[in-house]
Parts: sequence; structure tokens; C-alpha cells
Amino acid sequence: MARIIVMTSGKGGVGKTTSAASFATGFALRGHRTVVIDFDVGLRNLDLVMGCERRVVFDFINVINGEAKLHQALIKDKRVDNLSILPTSQTRDKEALTRDGVERVLAQLKDEFDVVICDSPAGIEKGALMALYFADEAVIVTNPEVSSVRDSDRILGMLAAKSRRAELELEPVREHLLLTRYDTARVERGEMLTVEDVLEILAIPLLGVVPESQSVLRASNIGQPVILDDKSNAGQAYADAVGRFLGEQIEHRFVKPERRGLFDRLLGRPA
Amino acid sequence: MTESDSDADREREAPYQLRGTSFTMMVLRLIDPEAPGFFSQLSAKLDQAPNFYANAPVILDLDGLASERSFHLPGLVRRLRSLNLVPVGVHGGTATQQEAAATAGLPVLPAGRSTRFEPPRAEAAAAPPPAPKPSLVIPEPVRSGRQIYAEGTSLVVLAPVSPGAEVVADGDIHVHGPLRGRAIAGLKGERGARIVCGALEAEMVSIAGRYRVNEDFDPDVAKKPVHISLVGDALTIAAYRSG
Repeated sequence: MARIIVMTSGKGGVGKTTSAASFATGFALRGHRTVVIDFDVGLRNLDLVMGCERRVVFDFINVINGEAKLHQALIKDKRVDNLSILPTSQTRDKEALTRDGVERVLAQLKDEFDVVICDSPAGIEKGALMALYFADEAVIVTNPEVSSVRDSDRILGMLAAKSRRAELELEPVREHLLLTRYDTARVERGEMLTVEDVLEILAIPLLGVVPESQSVLRASNIGQPVILDDKSNAGQAYADAVGRFLGEQIEHRFVKPERRGLFDRLLGRPA
Repeated sequence: MTESDSDADREREAPYQLRGTSFTMMVLRLIDPEAPGFFSQLSAKLDQAPNFYANAPVILDLDGLASERSFHLPGLVRRLRSLNLVPVGVHGGTATQQEAAATAGLPVLPAGRSTRFEPPRAEAAAAPPPAPKPSLVIPEPVRSGRQIYAEGTSLVVLAPVSPGAEVVADGDIHVHGPLRGRAIAGLKGERGARIVCGALEAEMVSIAGRYRVNEDFDPDVAKKPVHISLVGDALTIAAYRSG
């Protein structure tokens, strides 16, 4: 039975879409048949980050409304086998996401895929609610700063109260924390919250720490999930996180500042 | 000195004072005093709050009498006295009935303003006291944006309360973990309500309308296990040693 995973955060700009793209790619690279769905109706971005924006004909909303068949809207990734993207509509709004419609599309996807990743929009309104409603597991994407932590906490509350699993009193949605844009130097200087600070408030298991990295923006701009850049810290961190999600024991990296040699320090080179 | 002044002086020196005042008094509205169950039913009612009704003065209201049927007023008065009620006057009724009352030594009173006359609640609880309402227990973390209200009872949270969450109770609030949101105990004014938490990191705490915000907390109690109560009118936060 396919797992439905929501990438959510409450706050915008923390890296939900980047993480959804990399997780989806990571699952597919490990042989899981994976589809990633863009729930951000009206602010379509996932297709850009996945580099398939020029191949969108039909979208998620067309399928919900019965204007297209699921297979007409699904876009197969050209780089990775087993990976499909279901883009959303840029012209509609969140009201187009009906619970029945979303449920119908997800049921169909669950038959054909092992992993269904729902890329949630920011906020706590209908789009975010629909993205998390059917989830079995949730990856809470959080930046090490207080407003992001508070919004993540709010979303955790909604998962516990407003998800399908909560409403039907099933086993609760499994929660994972993904701490992104972590800058160890700024944490050292006390300008950012530490991993421990965030865990103390959110009190959910840590799935991974993704370091702040220029490679993320570069990857977005060329439409290639950063996980495919295996030389970058961020790409490696996503690969680790996907491994941990699948139950592998992988030690956390990128949590402490890198040791710099005397030369680097004398020359003022960045870590 | 004017004449009226001397009148006032005389009044002050008199061994009495004559004043008008009004009392709330029980009125026994007679509907059928000859009914066979009259005294047994009345007696049962009085037994619910014997202290309240003991030697209570009572006005007999004759306006509600079902008929012009005559009844024996002095007999009724005697039996009421035996139930520890003290009839002090009558109100309403026909001329004949009022005459009978005067003969029995009961003055006729003008109509008063009527209110429902009930013994205070505490006394009425001669019946078994209601079972205390069990506390509302929340086992999971109270996340930001959630509000929990323990109506008519106390609240126990077995996990942290996040910033931006609100826990409210008519009674006490116990948080077995850090309290980082807002806590409002004694919402309906219960001054004996308390807040106890594993670590005080709250945005605001309030008991019976008195409140303190985070900025006002003494650094000595910040992040410590504390017990918060009203001492006099002051919201008092005291650290306690846990475990």
C-alpha cells in the first residue's frame, strides 16, 4: 500500500518545494515508484524546481474536475526512472481543491505508486489542509528561527486535530522534523536557534538537518532537484534524510561547524 | 433657635427611633388550606432546609384561594406555628377573611413586590452533594494555536504547552512539562485556583482576572518548576523543587 507523505511547514519560504522535489527524487532513485503533487494551486512552483514546466499540458485541478485523465496530467521525469510529477494549476485558486476530488485522485495514485508526496502550500487554509488531510506521514520543514518553529508547531497541532487519521481516530500521522537552511556559523554566533532548541519546542523525531547552501538556489534555477548534486552538502543531507525515512541508521551530519585548518583560518576562507 | 430645630433635638433625645424600612419576607400563598395533603407537603418542603425555615416570619396571601370557601384561620395559624413558621400578617382576601385575621391578631398588609423566595443553594444541598467533576486530562502536547478550556473543572496537561497555545480552566491548571503559552486559571473568578507547571516559560499567566506577562516574571523563577497562586490580591509565583 502506498504511503502518502505531506511536506508542510505553515510558514512560507522555508524549503517545502525544494524538499518535496529532493525527497521524491531520492525515493525514486532507491527504486520506489514515486509521484509528487503540487498542492499550491495558483502559485505553481514544483514544476519549475523539477525542471518540467515546459511539459505541462493538463494539471491536478483538471483531473479533479474530470477535464483530463490522470495519465494525461502526470509528467514522467526524464532523469530518474519511477518518478512522476503532478503539477497544479496557476490560474485557479485553492477552492478548486475539493475533498472528494483530492481523495479520488489520491486513491488512483495509490494503486500505481509506492510513495505519494504532497507538496503543501504555506498557510493553514484550505490548500494546506487538503495537502495534509490524507497524509500517513508528515515531514515538517522548519528553519532555525522562532517564527518558523511556531508555525511548524501550529501545523503539528492541525495534523493532530484536522487530518483524516485524527478525524477517524486512526493511528496518528507519523511526524518527522526536517531542519533546513541550517547555518552552523550563525548558530555558533547565537544568531540562529540550535537543533536542540527546535527539538525542545517541537518534540518530534529529527529526520535530518539540511545546511544552508548556495547549491540549493542554483539547483532551483536550473530545475534540478538538489539531491542530484551529490557534491553539495545540501544534496548529501537530503540523501541521508531519505535513507533515514526508509529506516536506515545514518548519523546526523552538518550539525556542528566544520573544522577548518589553520591555513583556511589565516586566509579567511569560508568553511 | 427655630421651632423645627427644637423638634429635631427632641427626636434625637427620644428613647426610640421610628424609621421605615423594607424586609424581604416569605409569603405563603394559600390555594386550598383544607386540602388533605396541605400540611404534609408543606412540612416536606420545610424539611429540605430546616435551618433556613426555622422560626421564619411568614405572610399569608389569601388572594390565591381557590374559592370563597371559609376555613378556620386560627387553626391554620396554630398548625403553622407547630411547623416552626411564624405568621405575622395577611394580605388580600375578602373583607370577612380580613376581619377574621384581625380577630386572630394578624394585621392586613398592602401588596408588596414579589420575588422568588428560595433558600440559599448551600442549604439546599442537604441532599447528597453532587460528585466533583473530574479534571480534563490532555495527554499530548498542546500545540500553537490550540485552545483548551476545562469548563467547571481543572485541567491537567501531561506534555508541554507550546508558545501561542492557550490553556484555560475554571479550576486549577497543572502542566507536567514546560508551560510556554498562556494559562488562565479560575476563569470565572475562583480566587483559590492555582497554576502549577514543570517549567515557567509562559507568555502570560492569570488567576481570577489577575495576570502577569512574561516580561514581569522574576528571573529567579524563569524556566523553573513553579506554583502560582493569589496571595491577597497579588499573583504570586513561587519556585518549588520537583522530584
